[in-house]
Amino acid sequence: MQILAILIPVSLLLGGLGLLGFIWALKGRQFDDPQGDASRILTKEFDDKPAP
Amino acid sequence: MAARAAEATEIAPEMTSGGLSACPACVAAPAAERLAALQKPEAARLMLSLPTAHCAACIATVETALRQHPGVQSARVNLTLKRVSVEAEPEVTAADLTRVLEGVGYEAHELDPGLLSMTETDRQGRALLMRLGVAFFAMMNIMLLSVAVWSGAEAATRDMFHWISAMIAIPTVIFAGQPFFTSAWSALRVGRLNMDVPISLAIFLATAMSLFETMHSGSKAYFDAAVMLAFFLLLGRYLDHRSRALARSAAGELAALEVPRAVVLEAGAEVLRPIGQVARDDVVLVRPGGRMPVDGVVLTGTSEVDRGLLTGESLPVFAGPGSLVSAGEVNLTGPLTLRVLAAGKDSSLHRMADLVAVAEAARNTYTSLAERAARIYAPAVHLLSLAAFGFWLWRTGGDFRLAVNIAVAVLIITCPCALGLAVPAVVTAASGKLFRKGVLIKNGTALERLAEVDLVIFDKTGTLTLGAPEPANLDGIGAEARSVALALARASSHPLAVALAGRIGGAPAEVTNLREMPGYGVEGRWAGKSVRLGRAGWVGVEAGSETATYLGIEGAPATTFTFSDQIRPGAEAAIAGLKAQGKAIRLVSGDHKAAVAAFAARLGIADWVAEALPAEKAGLVRQMADQGHKVLMVGDGLNDTAALAAAHVSISPAQALDAARVASDIVLLGRDLAAIADAARISTQAIRRMKENFAISAGYNVIAVPLALIGATTPLVSALAMSLSSITVSLNALRLR
Repeated sequence: MQILAILIPVSLLLGGLGLLGFIWALKGRQFDDPQGDASRILTKEFDDKPAP
Repeated sequence: MAARAAEATEIAPEMTSGGLSACPACVAAPAAERLAALQKPEAARLMLSLPTAHCAACIATVETALRQHPGVQSARVNLTLKRVSVEAEPEVTAADLTRVLEGVGYEAHELDPGLLSMTETDRQGRALLMRLGVAFFAMMNIMLLSVAVWSGAEAATRDMFHWISAMIAIPTVIFAGQPFFTSAWSALRVGRLNMDVPISLAIFLATAMSLFETMHSGSKAYFDAAVMLAFFLLLGRYLDHRSRALARSAAGELAALEVPRAVVLEAGAEVLRPIGQVARDDVVLVRPGGRMPVDGVVLTGTSEVDRGLLTGESLPVFAGPGSLVSAGEVNLTGPLTLRVLAAGKDSSLHRMADLVAVAEAARNTYTSLAERAARIYAPAVHLLSLAAFGFWLWRTGGDFRLAVNIAVAVLIITCPCALGLAVPAVVTAASGKLFRKGVLIKNGTALERLAEVDLVIFDKTGTLTLGAPEPANLDGIGAEARSVALALARASSHPLAVALAGRIGGAPAEVTNLREMPGYGVEGRWAGKSVRLGRAGWVGVEAGSETATYLGIEGAPATTFTFSDQIRPGAEAAIAGLKAQGKAIRLVSGDHKAAVAAFAARLGIADWVAEALPAEKAGLVRQMADQGHKVLMVGDGLNDTAALAAAHVSISPAQALDAARVASDIVLLGRDLAAIADAARISTQAIRRMKENFAISAGYNVIAVPLALIGATTPLVSALAMSLSSITVSLNALRLR
């Protein structure tokens, strides 16, 4: 059962990283135009920056 | 400049955060927004609405075309909102860009970015999404721990898991549950019950009871249920917000379509002024093609005015010195100067809009399906769990802990998780689908009302027609007359002339000394004879009842070119579709009998009324409603607004006057009318899905509630019931075709 002492914090940490990633993306306005982003991946023009 | 403003927005949150709020961004964002507004470069950002954009190729075409336009620094399409924002030099105007976009085949309208408080709704959406993300994270972690407990963790291990769950769940519930708590509190304060009351109670009691159990090393903790409840309900709330925000921003967008300014003549100089600053007795210049910004009397100039939007007449009316014109009419041929009789709030346009606002308020008494469900549901849930509590307290002879346990389990099981998703999921699916077809649902209950419709009343001019004339009798006219008419028509910008010039093929005759007489027509010399194209009286013939222009060649009888109004694309399809759905169709127009009869025959509408005054239109709608019909009114003009507001549900095209758009529940963003039939079909389907969803969530309750009442529920059962019902309901919503 000692393994729990490692596994639980690890699982929380990983989940927390995911949450931080989500918050970062949200703050970066990456959820403002889901339809456009879904289509944009198909254009030939290279688009390496998020919307200003 | 633009880059600097963007940086300021990025930096601001760090500078202002540090308060005691649970969400630092919520506090910082307004400050950042203000800062950005202060530093906003002048006239650098333009917004255009793109109702027809729908694909990856559209994005590429629009952005490339705009970027190639001189002075444009960047262009970015937002496909979700169907608009493009452009950063450009101050001298680039929206009209230039609209022309560029029309050149590559996209309809575009200018929007007033000042009126679009997009940032506001956006912020709310992002805050909800943030809560949703946090709830999801917490739900997943607690579930991980709960699975261990369900599969048999005992004693100290179980307690530890419960404690860790509590540490995740309590802050999450406090943060993520806020939208429900505030809404429930505001309802309770005025002594009412809404759906959020049982939700808040369930979340709060589940958390509190679980904490108590954890402290006393009990075996049942419902932290997972509390957080899961918050998650699923937030999901419903977010979907709801998204479809509302979309509708609201697009409705605001329509209001922003008309950026009202007037050219005022002051000491001989032309000054461009906002309508609000134009006063009585000012002199205003209206160029051909412009819309009258004010009510006034013509001082100088002769022209023809199109009163279609106000009265439904398809024939232009002559205007000369002394004629009265009303705001909203379109000046067609010659420049006019007007003395202002009433402007802004006093103009006839605004008085009409105010009337509409009154009618609107009267109609908002419709209760939606969700509200009706909540009215039954909320008290029932409370009574049921109170009864369970009382029964078990009596049965066990005062075992308070068990009684509370069971009461909370009942609350959690019955909590309207699926119910909270049932309507928003369907509305989102339906309005998303309709938005892609160019139909904007402005009002939350419009979809439900549309599904009940059994009679559709159409306006003619501008609704079923484009309001643009089309030559009707060209085939019967000789080649010589046609070529002379073509030469004359090319010299004028009058809509009838433009339509003639567009449809007559071949080479124009050699007409010299071309001269346009505003308000009358065009004249010139051809083969030594004087020729005229224009009004009947001016050419020297008797006017007929149809829309027509006349060609007079010296020494020969005049030729009559008749016109019919061009049918709006999709009108036939819309009418056929609505008929197929078993809805009655009626045509009510302010236009002359002959024109309406011919038109109704063309579209196969048997039931029509002509020469209807605005009040008669509204009266007719009310009369139909009294006979038990649910009326859908489709109209665009000022003469329709009262009828639009009086109808059970109403639709107007985007080109309609803003008073008409404000009065209607649904707006067609594109030119095509066919979407009306789709909207009616989808709405019926959506209502069916909503009812199915209610049945599904009721079904889960029928199975799970008795278990909870006899005290046989475990946290596992409630978690299963909750997630399964929510997922079934969402999937059912997606079945919408």
